[in-house]
Amino acid sequence: MTVAAQEQGSSGFSLGRVSPQLVSWLVFGVFAIACILLREEMKWLVTYPKEWFLKLPIGGEWVLLEKALEGLMDWITLTFKPVFRFISMVLTYPMRWLEGLLHWLPWPATFALVTILAYRAKDLRLALFCLAGLSYMLIVGYWDESMSTLALVGMSVPLSLTIGLVMGLLAFQYRWARRIVEPTLDVMQTVPTFAYLVPILILFGVGPVVGMVASAIYASPPMVRNVMLGLRRVSDDVIESGEMSGCNRFQLLFQVRIPAATPTIMVGVNQTIMAALSMVIIAAIIGGFADIGWEVLSTMRKAQTGQSLLAGIVIVVMAMMMDRISRGFTERTGDIPLRTGGNFLQRHPLLWAAVAATGIGIVLSHLVPFFKDYPDALVFYPAEPLNDAVSWFTREFFFATDAVKTWTLYYFMLPMKAGLENIARPQSWGFSMTQTTAAIYWAVVLGLGAGLVRLFGWRAGVVVGLLGVLYFFGSTGTPWPAFVAAVTLIAYQVGGWRTALFAFLGMAFMLSTGAWPRAMLSFYLTATSVLFCFAIGGALGIWAAQSDRASAVLRPINDTMQTMPLFVFLIPVIMVFLVGDFSALLAIMMYAIVPAIRYTEYGLRNVDPVAVEAARMMGCTERQVLWRVKLPLAIPEIMLGLNQVIMFALAMLVIAALVGTKGLGQWVYDSLTNARFGQGFIAGGSMALMAMIADRIIQAWAAQKKRDLGVD
Amino acid sequence: MAQTQERETKLTCRNVWKVYGSDAGSFFPGGNGAVDDPDALVERIRESGNIGAACDVSFDVHEGEIFIIMGLSGSGKSTIVRCLSRLVEPTAGEVILDGENLLKVSKEKLIDIRRHKMGMVFQNFGLLPHLSVLENVAFPLQVQGIDRAARVKRAMEMIDLVGLSGRETSYPRQLSGGQQQRVGIARSLAVEPELWFLDEPFSALDPLIRRQMQDEFLRLQKMLHKTIVFITHDFLEALRLADRIAIMKDGRVVQIGTPAEVVMKPANAYVEEFTQDVPRVKVITARDIMSQAGKPLEGAQTVAPGTTLEQLMPRFGEGLDAVAVADESGTVVGHVTPQAVLTALATAHEEGSTL
Repeated sequence: MTVAAQEQGSSGFSLGRVSPQLVSWLVFGVFAIACILLREEMKWLVTYPKEWFLKLPIGGEWVLLEKALEGLMDWITLTFKPVFRFISMVLTYPMRWLEGLLHWLPWPATFALVTILAYRAKDLRLALFCLAGLSYMLIVGYWDESMSTLALVGMSVPLSLTIGLVMGLLAFQYRWARRIVEPTLDVMQTVPTFAYLVPILILFGVGPVVGMVASAIYASPPMVRNVMLGLRRVSDDVIESGEMSGCNRFQLLFQVRIPAATPTIMVGVNQTIMAALSMVIIAAIIGGFADIGWEVLSTMRKAQTGQSLLAGIVIVVMAMMMDRISRGFTERTGDIPLRTGGNFLQRHPLLWAAVAATGIGIVLSHLVPFFKDYPDALVFYPAEPLNDAVSWFTREFFFATDAVKTWTLYYFMLPMKAGLENIARPQSWGFSMTQTTAAIYWAVVLGLGAGLVRLFGWRAGVVVGLLGVLYFFGSTGTPWPAFVAAVTLIAYQVGGWRTALFAFLGMAFMLSTGAWPRAMLSFYLTATSVLFCFAIGGALGIWAAQSDRASAVLRPINDTMQTMPLFVFLIPVIMVFLVGDFSALLAIMMYAIVPAIRYTEYGLRNVDPVAVEAARMMGCTERQVLWRVKLPLAIPEIMLGLNQVIMFALAMLVIAALVGTKGLGQWVYDSLTNARFGQGFIAGGSMALMAMIADRIIQAWAAQKKRDLGVD
Repeated sequence: MAQTQERETKLTCRNVWKVYGSDAGSFFPGGNGAVDDPDALVERIRESGNIGAACDVSFDVHEGEIFIIMGLSGSGKSTIVRCLSRLVEPTAGEVILDGENLLKVSKEKLIDIRRHKMGMVFQNFGLLPHLSVLENVAFPLQVQGIDRAARVKRAMEMIDLVGLSGRETSYPRQLSGGQQQRVGIARSLAVEPELWFLDEPFSALDPLIRRQMQDEFLRLQKMLHKTIVFITHDFLEALRLADRIAIMKDGRVVQIGTPAEVVMKPANAYVEEFTQDVPRVKVITARDIMSQAGKPLEGAQTVAPGTTLEQLMPRFGEGLDAVAVADESGTVVGHVTPQAVLTALATAHEEGSTL
């Protein structure tokens, strides 16, 4: 019916020449209406029938893909189990050793080492910050847990860096390696974090090694990318000067290329460390290791908000420390004068200070018990007061928070999920869905569509039509043939038949493996979050682009948000809003809003200044400059921001499964807790496919826009 | 010219071609660059969609000479200097250094030649950002495996030579452009190369610094007597520094000659364009316009062959009819009259016959 609206809206104008694109949308409109009208008679239009699921002929039998994958994994496990258990054992030893060392090391020694490292990396301020952060861990009583987490990170980071360096070098040197590595990286980027854990868990068995291996794999892509990028970016002059100095291949690589690429590679190191920490925290979900992630998770499950907040702060502090120290080393300009004179001790005073401090710390810990183990009596653990404060807050502001939650849920989330036709009730909407109200709804959609067509052309009408259908029937109630057709059509018109084919096959995979209903739930939550992120983040981005002060305020916040392990975002949200879709929405938004802000600001600030000057000279007001010149020109950049928002939202969606959402994220999580590879593969694969379809469509769209604007 | 012809040929570039494109090699069966009709081949390459970056380039560089390849961007000058060191692999032709065809030697041998016989200075300096000045200069020695003490000693000498003493521990980013290029020069000289390539070494510098660096370069060459291939897009720089100039356009050599030859007798309209604004009095020397015939003039003043017209003219102002030109040994090799000077300045074209 909406499509009818849009159809009439557009055909109401006498278009001199009807574009083939418009015709295809009109045809689609007829198809969609047919689907909607026939959905009562033909149930399969809404629910994809089980009989049509993909089956593989294995051993003379037709087996569902999920079961086939399960069988494959069983076979691999059975066949290679000794190998993986052996690797697991080999990795466990250094892991346990490092953990033991960090626990044995008296805290004053650790304090001194980290502080000196921070000072070496940057300055006294960072050193003091680290001192404060460590003190927090100690005083709150999370020292042992923190050290366990540190041990996991400390083991997985070198592994990641080695994998990353080797892969990056290979991909840089050999075309065949690049052909394998680049698409692999693209896929890895979109596979949800939990999905990594499933096969590793099955192969390696429960234990800290799973977290370590998972984060080693998860954290290597940024290293690979930056190694490749850095090596590629070394200027020709430098390479040629190396060649003319008579370097052989080996010397050219290790004495010229790699050192010259070091700044970029160090950026990779920083990103890898942060990713490893994030994954280590997530891997706590498997359990079996008393680290800080486990502490957050278990307290969160018991709804001990105060406790989980205190533990969550440890993660935040740890992330900030790791980020700033590693970034300090990256950004250090190297203006330290080359000390050629003096003996070894004079040349490396900090090294000796570190050794001395460790020694003193160890000696002290034997003399004074206080320095050995921080006494329990001095632990300050304000969980109860925090709980009280939180419940006071929620009680006191219940009406405000509840109003926001209810409003968003009833007017936005629920219709997008289940459809207005199913959720309109007199107590929430003031009416129930009857023939009359439905007619009024469609009349409104039709009017709105017609108005927008007049203002912005037929494409606006198509958008209104699609949103109208989605809102009325909900993402779960929309017939899948119409949905698939719409996405495929968009993909075709934006990116050509390859993109369309990819989108179609991706959706076919979700349908034929039974992931579709869950995918639609994920789609609804992602789409809603992305829209909210974009509205709010776009506004903030515009503000930051117009005002330097706003930019200065937002930037450090964005930077910090970006480095946080995803887990952390859940804590404040469930404290106030408890579990549910709304909390998931907020958690996703907190994380995914960052690129919306950043890319909008970046796009606006990087608009060709000549165009802006020209506009000013023509007498545009600031508002006109923004709306008529800057925003249109910044659209390609903003599109890329949208792309990132979607990727971030999908990444967070899986984590949000922990606060009780339904959909693919929850399915992945479920497969993890039950160690079901087939289900994990299908759910994780579906999420990756969703991300990749969105990515390809938006990238193609941005590229098209760029071409149109001539700003390539 | 007489002066250069006496010298031995150090480096020969013979019918060198560099063609970019998928089927570049197919134009040169057997890698032979000496084709019968180069013009026709250039045309064929262009029509087939390949790009001829350097086409049928031939020249000799003599021992101890400053040979300058001058051309605008896209003329193929940077390509050709890279062909000489095989930083770029030529498609066809021969590059002969000390009687040996460089294009035929193995990779190992090439690396050996680069390590001991060649030095190169780059337009954007090409310094290694992670190494100090001292380490940069010592780098070519380090890759050869020379021990630390020896290479530091040698590098220090080079740093001193280019006037950067005291900045050994600085990093490239802490230096100005001129200083960075001094490091580049010191590094290229560290291995005591016989053949010195300079690829637009001063183009990235401010005009004032460029002038200083040119003087510095001439001072160094006076001491070192290297065989030099110098690339520039600046015609005046070429005139100022060169013993001989090769002018390139669209990948081909248009003219080769001394500065005076190029200025007084441009090969075509393209070269002539460059010569328009050149102050001839600074380029043309006594050697270029002297008459070799005739009896020795009694009691005439003598000047060196390299005396420019600018320096000659005040002497005629004193009322002299002619001056004798004497070489280093004092032998008179010719004489110059005021008429010859005026003719050279008035119509450089027709004056060509006196060369």
